[in-house]
Amino acid sequence: MFYYLRRIFLLVITVALVSVITFAVFQILPGDPVRTMLGTEADETQIENLRNELGLNRPLYQQYFDWIGGLFTGDLGNSIRFSMPVSDLLMERLPVTLSVASMALVIVVLVALPLGIFVARRQNKVSDVVLSSVTQLGMAIPSFWLGMILILYIGMNVDFFRINGYIPWSESIKGALSTLVLPALTIAIPQIAVKFRYVRTAILEQMELDYVRTIRSKGLPEKLIVYKHILKNALIPILTIFGLITAEVVAGTIIVEQVFALPGVGQLLITSISYRDFPLVQGIVMYITITVVLINFIVDMLYSVIDPRIRLR
Amino acid sequence: MEQKEKLLEIKDLRVYFEIAPSRMAKAVDGVSFHLNRGETVALVGESGSGKSVTSLSIMKLLSIPPGKIVSGSIELEGKDLLRLSEKEMRKVRGDDIAMIFQEPMTSLDPVFKIGDQIMESIIHHQRISKKEAKERALELLKLVGIANPEKVIKEYPHQLSGGMRQRVMIAIAMSNNPKVLIADEPTTALDVTVQSQILKLMLKMQDTFNSSILLITHDMGVVAETADRVLVMYAGQIVEEAEVKEVFLNPQHPYTKALLKTMPSLENNVRRLLSIPGNVPPSHQFPKGCRFADRCEFAMDICRDSAPELESVSEGHHVRCYIPFKKGGEAVDKEQRSVTKSF
Ligand SMILES: Nc1ncnc2c1ncn2[C@@H]1O[C@H](COP(=O)(O)OP(=O)(O)O)[C@@H](O)[C@H]1O
Ligand SMILES: [Mg+2]
Repeated sequence: MFYYLRRIFLLVITVALVSVITFAVFQILPGDPVRTMLGTEADETQIENLRNELGLNRPLYQQYFDWIGGLFTGDLGNSIRFSMPVSDLLMERLPVTLSVASMALVIVVLVALPLGIFVARRQNKVSDVVLSSVTQLGMAIPSFWLGMILILYIGMNVDFFRINGYIPWSESIKGALSTLVLPALTIAIPQIAVKFRYVRTAILEQMELDYVRTIRSKGLPEKLIVYKHILKNALIPILTIFGLITAEVVAGTIIVEQVFALPGVGQLLITSISYRDFPLVQGIVMYITITVVLINFIVDMLYSVIDPRIRLR
Repeated sequence: MEQKEKLLEIKDLRVYFEIAPSRMAKAVDGVSFHLNRGETVALVGESGSGKSVTSLSIMKLLSIPPGKIVSGSIELEGKDLLRLSEKEMRKVRGDDIAMIFQEPMTSLDPVFKIGDQIMESIIHHQRISKKEAKERALELLKLVGIANPEKVIKEYPHQLSGGMRQRVMIAIAMSNNPKVLIADEPTTALDVTVQSQILKLMLKMQDTFNSSILLITHDMGVVAETADRVLVMYAGQIVEEAEVKEVFLNPQHPYTKALLKTMPSLENNVRRLLSIPGNVPPSHQFPKGCRFADRCEFAMDICRDSAPELESVSEGHHVRCYIPFKKGGEAVDKEQRSVTKSF
């Protein structure tokens, strides 16, 4: 029980810390949103008026507490550029980003996990060399380039795929898939290339352990040893890896949304940064933070499901 | 042991490890011995002498590579295990031959309940229902002296003490009435008081199931408490083999004598940690003569020139040393007297 309480406490602290940092960073960053909005022609009184209107002249702590209070009520202030609530903008864009991210994540899990187990069971020198080259390649390929390659060779040639824009799930499932699969693959492929080896390592490490020898001494078949015992034990390190992957996938959506012109949160982030649209940027950064922190929290909870030793701590 | 029936017989077993291209570590180098039905045989020797490699070879649990069984046979009731396929061998493991290991802390799967770990072996070999297997698991836990089996069956390994875990290991090992139980240093990692409880338990299990035990240890005290017969192993070879009494009262090999001296003395009841001076020669470069010669206080010229064979000094007593066969040798008498006196 203490374990869970501590995790929840940590969750709250992390979110609070990030909110302070996010807020502070945009105060320090050069560039003034008001000047950006009004353009170079504006005179000082105009600027001053708008600053007052936006509440930018209040003390910083007050601005911060206003903003953070809004987090709980869902009111993140108004976007400077779009003149509409940040939360509305996020709600509009979130389904796109979450669709790409979760699809990418599912692909990574479905491929990297079995692949990692497979190569762990069949290791030899040749496959080791091949596998590490695959990993090098996966690390070296920039995702915008991979995205363009996919557009060029698959998107342009296979009728099913659309290489531009987004069709909501509610409109057409097939349509949604046609816009999401390639972006998801763009994120997933480098992740798979790098992370399946982590799975392999996690499995191989287990194979060396004493308890595996005990199970072998009971005469159990290799399949049972791997898929029942080793996998459940290896799931503890593997889960850590997938927590990491999820965070990277969420970050990966930012670039991929640019390449595939997907109207997601990532795209919004990039435009809002160049526009110095601080309320919007802060809102998006908080969204990313909360997603990542929540994932870590879920991972921690899952640890305790898998590993009975953790529940006691 | 009225009638002696050979249950397990190992002949000329050689297990090498390729530690570098064409550099072989001869971990087990021509080992032959047998186990009679219902008998407890102790395999003793310092660490690194090849005891674990021998026992893992019998179970065919050695990782190959780097290990390689170069020659020999391991016959269980006349059937050579080395010729069995992996699939056939799985029927032997945990059923005909079971094993318990040195580290009770790490030998159980940390994420499965004790009950599951006992039951899965029973279900796999006896093909009985989960419910029957559970009954059997409870029975076994009671048999190995666990007072509250209903509770323990639902617990995870980390909730038990080392001694309790080793009891669980014994329960798992005995779950299919094995003919042979191999115990590789089963008490080394345990407290002194728990040690003898576990040894007694093993002997009790042996009585209950009429199994043979191959008990691996480096502790002559453990040997004295449990064994019928003793195999002394040094640098990959058996250097002396005899009934337990004979080993303690009339040891022939200087290495056996040295091992006996490392035993904690009973009179002043202190556990002194004694060791034999010098080191086991590395198994990739054994000397051409006797492998113990460099550490032997009685070594003669011949000992360094040629390796002695394992020869019989009396019925059932074999020794790999020139000294006992040296006619009228001074060394023999003097040493013999001093050892019997000190014992
Ligand atoms: N996996 C291995 N690779 C290389 N050498 C090994 C391996 N396992 C054991 N050996 C060698 O085999 C010898 C005997 O080891 P072992 O049987 O574990 O000794 P004991 O159990 O008597 O302490 C040691 O000298 C060790 O160097
Ligand atoms: Mg050992």
